[in-house]
Amino acid sequence: MSKSVEQLDRVVIRIAGDSGDGMQLTGDRFTAETALFGNDLSTLPNFPAEIRAPQGTLAGVSSFQLHFADHDILTPGDRPDVLVAMNPAALKANVGDLPKGATLIVDTHDFTARALGRIGWQSNPLEDGTLEGFVVHAVELTKLTLDALADTQLSRKDAGRSKNMFALGLLSWMYSRPTENTINFVRQKFASKPEIADANITAFRAGWNYGETTEAFAVQYEVKPAPQSTGTYRNISGNLALAYGLIAAARRAQLPMFLGAYPITPASDILHELSKHKRFGIRTFQAEDEIAGIGATLGAAFGGALGVTTSSGPGIALKGEAIGLAVSLELPLIICDIQRGGPSTGLPTKTEQSDLLQAMYGRNGEAPVPIVAPRSPGDCFDTAIEAARIALTYRTPVFLLSDGYLANGSEPWRIPAVADLPDLRVEYTTEPNGPNGEFLPYLRDPETLARPWAVPGTPGLEHRVGGIEKADRTGNISYDPDNHDFMVRTRQAKVDGIARSLAPLEVDDPNADARVLVLGWGSTYGPIGAACRQIRAAGASIAQVHLRHLNPFPNDLGGILARYQKVVIPEMNLGQLALLIRAKYLIDTLSVTQVRGLPFKADELAEMLQGVIEND
Amino acid sequence: MTEAARGALGLKAKDFKTDQEVRWCPGCGDYAILAAVQGFMPELGIARENIVFISGIGCSSRFPYYMNTYGMHSIHGRAPAIATGLSSSRPDLSVWVVTGDGDALSIGGNHLIHALRRNVNLKILLFNNRIYGLTKGQYSPTSEVGKVTKSTPMGSLDNPFNPVSMALGAEATFVGRTLDSDRKHLTSVLRAAADHQGTALVEIYQNCNIFNDGAFDILKDSDTRDDWMIRMEHGQPLRFGADGSKAVVRAANGALAIEDGVADGDPRVVVHDAHAEDPAYPFALSRLSSLDSRYSPMGVFRSVQRPTYDAMMAAQLDQAAAKAPGDDAALDALLHGADTWTVA
Repeated sequence: MSKSVEQLDRVVIRIAGDSGDGMQLTGDRFTAETALFGNDLSTLPNFPAEIRAPQGTLAGVSSFQLHFADHDILTPGDRPDVLVAMNPAALKANVGDLPKGATLIVDTHDFTARALGRIGWQSNPLEDGTLEGFVVHAVELTKLTLDALADTQLSRKDAGRSKNMFALGLLSWMYSRPTENTINFVRQKFASKPEIADANITAFRAGWNYGETTEAFAVQYEVKPAPQSTGTYRNISGNLALAYGLIAAARRAQLPMFLGAYPITPASDILHELSKHKRFGIRTFQAEDEIAGIGATLGAAFGGALGVTTSSGPGIALKGEAIGLAVSLELPLIICDIQRGGPSTGLPTKTEQSDLLQAMYGRNGEAPVPIVAPRSPGDCFDTAIEAARIALTYRTPVFLLSDGYLANGSEPWRIPAVADLPDLRVEYTTEPNGPNGEFLPYLRDPETLARPWAVPGTPGLEHRVGGIEKADRTGNISYDPDNHDFMVRTRQAKVDGIARSLAPLEVDDPNADARVLVLGWGSTYGPIGAACRQIRAAGASIAQVHLRHLNPFPNDLGGILARYQKVVIPEMNLGQLALLIRAKYLIDTLSVTQVRGLPFKADELAEMLQGVIEND
Repeated sequence: MTEAARGALGLKAKDFKTDQEVRWCPGCGDYAILAAVQGFMPELGIARENIVFISGIGCSSRFPYYMNTYGMHSIHGRAPAIATGLSSSRPDLSVWVVTGDGDALSIGGNHLIHALRRNVNLKILLFNNRIYGLTKGQYSPTSEVGKVTKSTPMGSLDNPFNPVSMALGAEATFVGRTLDSDRKHLTSVLRAAADHQGTALVEIYQNCNIFNDGAFDILKDSDTRDDWMIRMEHGQPLRFGADGSKAVVRAANGALAIEDGVADGDPRVVVHDAHAEDPAYPFALSRLSSLDSRYSPMGVFRSVQRPTYDAMMAAQLDQAAAKAPGDDAALDALLHGADTWTVA
């Protein structure tokens, strides 16, 4: 039968099911198809910390949201236009986020009185009017999958596991996605289990054909590719971009890389990824604990490696003493903190920006550490390179603050040419630098205040470093009051001086007439940017500045802030950047905060900002 | 390495001294250990720039400041972790860790056992004085039960670690024990440790003359030492006592025991095998102290060969690079991945 094709400019889809149902995989595949098709996109995976939470419970619901469009977009979308719910719990956990008129595709298989009762539903929402106002497609997804696989040798249980692929097939049909890569992907993933590969492909095709033939789905949608600037693109998640950025940095610095890490959500994927790329001279060390992770990295940095340690908030707390040692030793080191909800174990799989002050101040003594933060998944690549530049140029530990949203979210990324990446080469010190032919390990470069990096194996430069205060120039132990005062101030001046190397901030103020400035950092870039677009589309003016460098702040930030009547700072914490801005620039700011483990919704931000503009 | 090659560098003990004033308490056992290490270093035949001493925190951990090599005085307990990163990324270096009973066994116990089980190419010198010195006299994880200190006025309750047993429990490939005041023995154990490929743990009984003076006098006093010190030499029977009549024997149940008045040629006398693969034998030796804490086997408990972590890590990198070199083209291909699209 021929179906009508409806043009859309953007769609937000959320796929939800049990955490064992393969929702993340389904989302990843749909994303890959969408990226290849050429839409702009942004994703938001959302899953529980438990690996296999009890089936059919609200706690076990895992979801994946994808926003794709025929134009440039910035967020994974506030409210899904389409929800695919694989069981009652997935429906209950997500239906509240849907706007009226949204489309629901529900697998009816588990809508039994028992399963409904388990999540506190006395009657069947598919029948009792709960879903009035939505376009509901009640589909026997599981049964259709089992029927499609009836001729295989698979057990019912194994066959039922392919229901996610049936759903993916149906969605792929609905949105006219290319399917070839998904089929290739399944073949590769299950290369050693061809019967499973066949079953998944059969289910996938059955889902597509079901959309094509059944009368229930009358409309197929089309979202045209988004115009992009020229270049070659791929889809990339934040953690993958971060890992690639580190590899590229080591390559451009011509240094071996050493990664010392202890597994922790949501940072572990960086360890997994880097461990695959030993041919680039990358050593990965899964340490016995967080402290050993950074300790070994510091040891490798002393030996001349580009040292990297990756973790999340709780692990950073454990690393604090060693970071202080790195500050004192003045060795290059990159500390990646993929932030998650805190305090303590907090929300391991949910996002938050609440480690800014930990990165800034979480050590004993005056221990300044530069901080950079990526703004989007793809930006993790460039930010990793910038972290390496600072670490190597200034011989200092550097914090890179990503978060769970950036880590697992993805977007199209224009692939850079390797030769166009910054040249990060450094030279180890090989000759004595003292006036009498001696080596002075704390004699500084007058411009950067960096000390020499003289690695073991270099004759004539044998020297000792340590965490006890060192005398200027010689590095020998010194308890001299004036020397300590000098060294503390010098270490601070070195970090402050990084600001001189930063490009001017980009102020997004199209008509240069805004009175309200939104200042952000990290992953709030997307929602803030989308909110600003909404406000401008409604005819008002607003300016946006987004910080990559949190310590030191760029030198032109103070002047920019002073130009605006009001400065609004949205953060996924209780106002940590706002605190730093107020303290440094003595200006008032409007701190807008949210700690729900999820990114801001652009609509809500826009509404709030509109209110600020109107009350100005 | 031949003696000639070792001598070729022409280094002397004084070449390993720094211009820094040594600041241990007068009479501290650390002085003797420092002198022995500096005296032994030229024997290594390794240029000073290729030697690194890494320490944690505590009296012993000031050691690197006095060695004219590369060195790092780090943070409490973490030296084995830091040294693991250095040694595994720079297998060309000779990396030494200097630590104490508090640093290695209390705050840093975790790093120590993991370095041992990985068999990182480190030489770990554990100065055991059975007391906390730098914090002024609290009991340590090797202090005997009932020890009265500033923090245990009614006596300590903690059962002490036996560092040798602990290291063997972690399947250390080399474990030795020696004494600060016996320079000849100390040097011989250092030599064996230095020749070992892999982690070598050397426990050095060290006198703290301020807070735990005389802890090892029984092993130093000529009237008592022969009765309690069991010198282990590979291939030699484990006999001791002033007249050699005491011996470590294998009892009928297979356990090791100590007997007095053992006749010459008694087949039950254990002949020391430092290269026994099964760590149960050296472990049993280390437990002789549990019969009477004064029994102290000294020398090399265990020295067996196992691939080092450093070498295995380097081999994986070589293997990966041999398959496909990590050049710019490889990086470019990596960044592209499998699924790309081009906008013209």
